[in-house]
Formats: sequence, C-alpha cells, structure tokens
Amino acid sequence: MAELATPADKRRLATLLSPAYLWLTLAVFLPLSAMLFFSFVTDLPQDAPDWAFTLENYGKFLENPVYGKLLWKSLKLAATVTLFCILIGYPCALVLARVIKGRAREVLFLLVILPFWSNSLVRIFSWAIVLRGNGILERTLEAILPWDIRLNLMFTTNAVVIGLVHSYLPYVILTSYLALQAIDDDIIDAARSMGAGKLTILRRLLLPLSLPGLLAGAVLVFVPVVGSFMEPRILGGRVGTYFGTVIEDQFVAVYNWPLGAALSFVLLAVVLLIFALTSPILRKAQT
Amino acid sequence: MKSILTLTTALALTASGALADEIRVLNWQGYGTDLDWSLKAFEEATGHSVVHEYFNSEQEMLTKLRTNPGAYDVVMINAAFTPQAIAEGLVAPIDTSTIGNYADIPASFAEDPKLNVDGKVYGVPWTWGLTSFAINTEAWDEVPTSVQVLWDPAHAGRISIRDDAIEAMQLGALATGQDINDIEDLDAVEAKLAELLPNLRTFWSSENDWNQFMAAGELDAATYWSGSASRSAAMGLPVQFVVPEEGAVGWLDGLSIPATSEHQEAARAFIDWMIDPEFYVKWDAEGAPASANAKAMEALPDDAFNKAVLGDPEVVARVHFQAPIDDETREKYLEIWQRLKAAQ
Repeated sequence: MAELATPADKRRLATLLSPAYLWLTLAVFLPLSAMLFFSFVTDLPQDAPDWAFTLENYGKFLENPVYGKLLWKSLKLAATVTLFCILIGYPCALVLARVIKGRAREVLFLLVILPFWSNSLVRIFSWAIVLRGNGILERTLEAILPWDIRLNLMFTTNAVVIGLVHSYLPYVILTSYLALQAIDDDIIDAARSMGAGKLTILRRLLLPLSLPGLLAGAVLVFVPVVGSFMEPRILGGRVGTYFGTVIEDQFVAVYNWPLGAALSFVLLAVVLLIFALTSPILRKAQT
Repeated sequence: MKSILTLTTALALTASGALADEIRVLNWQGYGTDLDWSLKAFEEATGHSVVHEYFNSEQEMLTKLRTNPGAYDVVMINAAFTPQAIAEGLVAPIDTSTIGNYADIPASFAEDPKLNVDGKVYGVPWTWGLTSFAINTEAWDEVPTSVQVLWDPAHAGRISIRDDAIEAMQLGALATGQDINDIEDLDAVEAKLAELLPNLRTFWSSENDWNQFMAAGELDAATYWSGSASRSAAMGLPVQFVVPEEGAVGWLDGLSIPATSEHQEAARAFIDWMIDPEFYVKWDAEGAPASANAKAMEALPDDAFNKAVLGDPEVVARVHFQAPIDDETREKYLEIWQRLKAAQ
C-alpha cells in the first residue's frame, strides 16, 4: 500500500474495490445484522407493535439444557463427518494430483465435481431411496450374498453421516488437490534422490506442504455440517433432531424468529470460538 | 339442489343490487375456496369475482389481518384461533339472515362458543375433520379399536407420528385418558410419549411423505388426518382410518369476514356458496374434509368416506374438539416435545 501515495491512485483503488464491498454489504452484512437485531427483540416489529429489546432469547439457550445437548450432538456429528471426509477425500486428492496424469485426470476430476451440479435435496432423497429398507442397497446385497440381509441403515445416525459425507466430500478433494498439485515435482525428486521412501515423502513433504489446503477443506465441511438440518431430518428420522433442525423449527414451524435468530448466533459464536482456540495449534502444525 | 342454488343466487343478486364486486379471500393454498370451476360458476351466478391470497401458518394469517386493513373480505380461520381474532377486533359480526345455507348447519357447530360472542356470529362453520391414526390394512388381521396399539411392541419400528408438538401432546393425552384441551398431568403424557418414540420408524411431515412411506410398506400405523386418509385411500393405498375408543381430536374451520372489509355483502354471498351442498358434493369428489353443513353431508353418495366414517353419530360422539391454545401452553408443549426428541 505504501506505493499508492498519490490521491489519484487512492481514488482508483476505491472505485475498483467499491463493487466488492458493496456486494459484501448487501449480501452478507445486511441480512446478518437484521438477524442479529431479531435475536434481541421480544417479537417481530411487523407483528407486534409492543415489541421491546430483550436478552431473554439468549437466556433460553442457557436455561434449557436441551439446546446445549443438541449443540454438542451437532458438533460431534460435524467432527465425525469432517473426519470421514478427510480420510476418504485426502487419499483421493493425492492419487488425483500425484499419480494420475493427462486426460484421465480431467475425467476423474469431472466425476468428483459432478455431484455438485445436482441439487443437494435431490442427492439426499437419492440416498433415502438407496438406504431405505428393501431399497436399492439391500436388494443388491441380497442378490449377491446368499444369506438374508437386514441393514436397517435408514433413519439412523449412520445414514445421516453417509449422506453428509457424500454431500461435502468434494470440498476436501478440491482444496487438497489444489494444494498437492502446487507442490514442485523437483522437491519430491530431490527427496527421492536422497533415499527417502514413499511414506517418508508423504509424511515429511506432501502432508505438511498441502496442510493449508486440507485444513481449508475441513473448515468448509465442518461449518455447514454443524448447522445442517435438511439431511438429518430426511435421513435421520426419529434420531435426526440436531441443533440445526431446532433452529429450523423456530423459523418454520412455531414462527419464533427471535429465538431462532438467537440460537443461530449462539451457533456462530461457538464455531468462531472453536476456530479461535484451534488456530494456534493449527498454525504450529503448519510450520 | 339446483333450486337452492338459484334461490341463493337470486337472493344475492337482489341483495347486492346486482353490483359486481371483487372480493379477496385469505386461505391456505388449494383448500376449497380457490377451485377454478367453483369460482367461475360463482362469478356467473353473482357477478362477483374472487381473488386469493394465501398464508402458511395461522400466525401469518393473523399478522396479515392486523397489518393490511381493508385488504381481505373473507378469511378462513381454524376455530381454535377465532377467539383470538375476535378479541383483537379483527373480524366482524356476520348477519347470517342473508346466508341461506346457514340454517342447515347443526347447532353443535353453529353455536360453538369459539365462533359466537354475546349472541353475535363471528364465524360460519365450514369444514371439520379428525386427527387420529390410519393403518396399513395388510399389516393387521383386524382393525384395532384402541390407540394403545401404537405402543404395541409387535409393531416396533413400524409406527410414525407427525413431528408436531401439539399433535404429539394431544395423542399422549388421549392415550393417558386425559382431556386434550386441559392436560393436567403433563409428566404422565411425557412419560407415555417417551415410551412411544422408540417404536417409531420416523416422523412424517407432509401428506405426500405419508403416502410414500405407506406405499413402500414401511409403516403399519401412523397418525393421520381424516381428509388426507380419504385421499390416500382414493389413490389405491391399503389404508383405513381408525377412530379409537379413546376418541380423536377434532378441528373445525370457519369462514369469517374481516372487520375492515368493504364488500361484506359479496363476502356473505361467497360464504353461502362455500357451505352450499351442491358445491360441497363436487368438491368432495376431489377430496375434501367433512362439511359443517348437515344437508351437504347428506347429499354425498353413501360410499363417500366423509359420509361413511364421519357421518356416523357414534364416531362423532367420540370426537374431542380442539379448544384454543394460548401461547404459554404452546411453548410448554414445544419444550416438552423438543426434550423428548433430543433424548433420542
């Protein structure tokens, strides 16, 4: 910035940046501040003329142990889903970036992104068809295996995890792939020439160098999964009550926007807190 | 039947001096008032055209009435919410003398205290129905007579209820032998529901959902609404609606005229049209709830679900009609229901 001394440069910079800031204000700041406002009122101003400011909505989160319990359940779900996404996604990205070359890579890459082009609701309903009792999965297994199969996957926590992992896997693959691809081949060759084995190269070179990408992917998965409501509702059935579904209930079913908004901001605060606490550890791991 | 309609038409025409008005109706989408053929016939008969606006929840409907004075001429209100609308001065008393079909509504509906205050009528009973449960007839040797079968371990994992706090609590009240409108022992209901939840396959959320689960053979029994059950059965699903000995929860929908309406004459003509037997018989063929008009119910063919099941006086005697629920009770129910779900 130091070289942008002249006023003309500054003006040009402001003009060039203004669309981006305007967009951020319109798309992020305004809706969020409206929700923040709702979380501090007793009733929606357009519904009740006698609305007032209150902290009660946040008080309810502390008073009622159900919310804390569900938030914990959602965090555990997000951690599980993120773990599976990393375990499956990172090796995929590794193979894609370092082993496969040329046309095959493009085709495989397309296959990874392909699910992203379909609506997430459609994907979850497809899983419902596959997983449900006497569904595609059970019938296929029954045709292959001689004994009677009763998987009972549908309407379990496992079904929710399967659906979510499938939905969010491409994020981890894409970010890890970009980081892995950027690693200079010469470094690997140098390591190999000095006698490093495949595992050593992975552990000492590839993993540390691609860690920023992997972590970015993990964050991209973790945050939306904590607040997910559609997947647990459809695939989880009776056990599919999470923090996200309770927030959705407040907005859709009981029309209590202030409480729903307050719960959303509690979720946001908890997620930010987790990142604030873990970022020193993660930064250390990167160096 | 024709003569009734022409008479009504003549009445409406003379009363309004053949002035054509545009009336605005506030209702759920696709719920009887907005059928194309009926509106066309209504316009031909009375000259009044009808425009619709829709709501997605009772709270939204009340909000619209409060914030848009003069915008609506007829509003559909679940009778459990009518007292609130009356108390807030949102709806006007209705002069029933110009509504020809009103006389055919039995006193049990017409004199409902939720719709009448100080001898004035604030809502014309329109339709009613039941919330109970329906069974997959292929899974049962004989039709159960008690709601306790939902708790039967023999059907574990093959039961469903709707994810709705009020419906769940009222089901628990019926099963524990309590008054659905004044649940005294909430702990007993909570304990009873806690026993039910492990028996559930999943929650259902819409009629379409329900039909798919039944068609896939995933459920033996599930809570349901009478009008929806008749539609599902008409689709060919092996479904039978059960009104158990413990009783069922009844709801009543009424038509009211907002206090700020400027076309009250035309609004009354439309309400009369809505409770007319001829209209109802045609509507029922497409799947309708039961009509509050006794003559309209009589006019149905004998095999119609609404006549065969809900026309039975013995069944009607077992119905517990839903009273208004205040916000405090509603929140308490929701809290219990969320606690039960979170414990799963």
